[in-house]
Amino acid sequence: MDTESSTTPAPLLEVKDLRTYFYTRSGTGRAVDGVSFALRQGESLGLLGESGCGKSMTSLSILRLVPRPAGRIVSGQVLFRGRDLLRISEQDMRRVRGKEIAMILQDPLSTLNPVFTIGNQVAEPLRVHGVVSRSRLWERVSKLLSLVRIPAPESRLRDYPHQFSGGMRQRVVGATAIAAGPRLLIADEPTTSLDVTIQAQYLRLLKELQRESNLSIIYITHDLATLARICDRVAVMYAGKIVEQLTVEALFERPAHPYTEALLQSVPRMDRKVHRFASIEGSPPVVYDLPPGCAFAPRCPKAMDICRSESPPATRIDADHHVSCWLHEKDEHEPRAAGSQERQ
Amino acid sequence: MSPALLEARNVSKRFPVTKGLILGGNVGWIHAVEDVSFHIDGGETLGLVGESGCGKSTTARMVLLLERPTDGEMLYEGVSLQEMSGADLRRYRGTVQAVFQDPQSSLNPRMRVGDIVGEPLEVNAGLPRRAVRERVAEVLEDVNLDAAFARLYPHEFSGGQRQRIALARALATHSRLIVLDEPVASLDASIRSQIINLLKDLQDQHGLSYLLITHDLAVSRHLSHRVAVMYLGRIVEEARADALYAEPLHPYTKALIAAALPVRAGQESDEMVVAGEVPNPMDPPSGCRFHPRCPLAMARCAEEEPVLREVAPERRVACHLF
Repeated sequence: MDTESSTTPAPLLEVKDLRTYFYTRSGTGRAVDGVSFALRQGESLGLLGESGCGKSMTSLSILRLVPRPAGRIVSGQVLFRGRDLLRISEQDMRRVRGKEIAMILQDPLSTLNPVFTIGNQVAEPLRVHGVVSRSRLWERVSKLLSLVRIPAPESRLRDYPHQFSGGMRQRVVGATAIAAGPRLLIADEPTTSLDVTIQAQYLRLLKELQRESNLSIIYITHDLATLARICDRVAVMYAGKIVEQLTVEALFERPAHPYTEALLQSVPRMDRKVHRFASIEGSPPVVYDLPPGCAFAPRCPKAMDICRSESPPATRIDADHHVSCWLHEKDEHEPRAAGSQERQ
Repeated sequence: MSPALLEARNVSKRFPVTKGLILGGNVGWIHAVEDVSFHIDGGETLGLVGESGCGKSTTARMVLLLERPTDGEMLYEGVSLQEMSGADLRRYRGTVQAVFQDPQSSLNPRMRVGDIVGEPLEVNAGLPRRAVRERVAEVLEDVNLDAAFARLYPHEFSGGQRQRIALARALATHSRLIVLDEPVASLDASIRSQIINLLKDLQDQHGLSYLLITHDLAVSRHLSHRVAVMYLGRIVEEARADALYAEPLHPYTKALIAAALPVRAGQESDEMVVAGEVPNPMDPPSGCRFHPRCPLAMARCAEEEPVLREVAPERRVACHLF
């Protein structure tokens, strides 16, 4: 696919140098610290990282749903179909949320309101965004439910969430998300609360929905197995920064950043067994107290002097592979502005 | 041959389902565990793997004497747990300990780490204070924590450190069997591997046995010597871990393993995805409990329940295909 880069149309979403900080008594937390990436129509990008790395905060910043008053988007651009979402009015933003960019959260039980019927909740985005006429509303809701493989949807419209199993609830959440026909779907660990066989079913469904409607997906996860099933490209995050961006194939075959490498080696995997894991010493850093230089340096087995003093810029390995690490910077001869993330 | 450290013989657990508050009528039974047999030897890890509602946690609770089997018996070194009393039971509770999924809720936030880790020593071993303090320092070092941490409270630690504290508590009484109920499920990837390594080291150093309860096949692969796969209250397959992962036999095991493999997008077409969901345990399907979801089901599967048979040395499968 990614053969022609110069002639491809403008990306659906382009995030440029996004910074979301938290201002609390314990200081300033740089939750999202200069994140840049681009997403084409129909493409799925995985945001991979451990808890607290800023992957969820990045997606909440895109939708301008950062918890207030502590959190604030400090700078950057979120260009969605050429329009900067950080500069439009709250009223306009509401027309984007759910209509053009939809979100699926981790726990379907807390996403669905227990006192409203399933039918009502799937109908809500249709009503709010005036997608279909009133007379055709229920017909459309049934169709959406059958699209997410809910058997006999007409008879389940009046059911409440507690009458559905976990897997079905998450499919209902999927139906509400795609109801208004969004271009971009942000899925934040949608399968963590599901059993393994149900996860496989759900991911297959998500992939089919993506193919049918040419959806773009941002898939947030810490799980390599589900990531590989759904994503074309991956952005690995650590302490609020994207440390590496690459294709899923490259992730498994030639990771370049020491953190990505360590993460792959330290995750128990089904396809190979090792006696001991090459575990990463220490814990992920707290964004309120980041070390100078590269945030991974204190845990990095390959850290050099420069890593502890200066933050590494993004280096291009090939068209689809960028890494922020001083180890790779030395192979690089093209001059570039520090910190810029080049995407063609 | 000496008896296994722990053995379960045809153990079943049924819970009554009642309706109404005062004149509570019994409307049925949930067969949480049905006719389950397994054994754990010294220094060995048995992985009990399955999805939610398969009965793995109920089995663990019976091992920990938190539930009593409805049928069958559990034996510790050849002695039935039901027949133990007084001093024997206290000894059993001292040598069989547990580590749970969430160290946030399994450690009392109002107790200092030293008291948390020392409590089983006072309760089960009746040690004097000084000896307790010394033993606490010893086990904290065993789990690679500083002995000085004994004076701190649980909230002062990260998730990985808290799980180490829970492990130290389980080790304190020189236990021989530790029930690990999803020990790494709540931890981050990089911390997870540290705890898995630690569990292996402790097993090698102290000759510990583990009963590992998990839904995560990858974790089970790395920690278990043998694995028993449970579905809806029954063991459907049991084998040495290497054999099970190299060549799963039961269609359910196959589906579980396929679902946990990192398959590249677009390559997933030939893998096995089972349809449907786990049925209601109050009303399990006839015949083989997996047959409504099984892609290889035959007419016979709906009528006759397959028995768990030995199909190869150390390998048992409950499926009509074998």
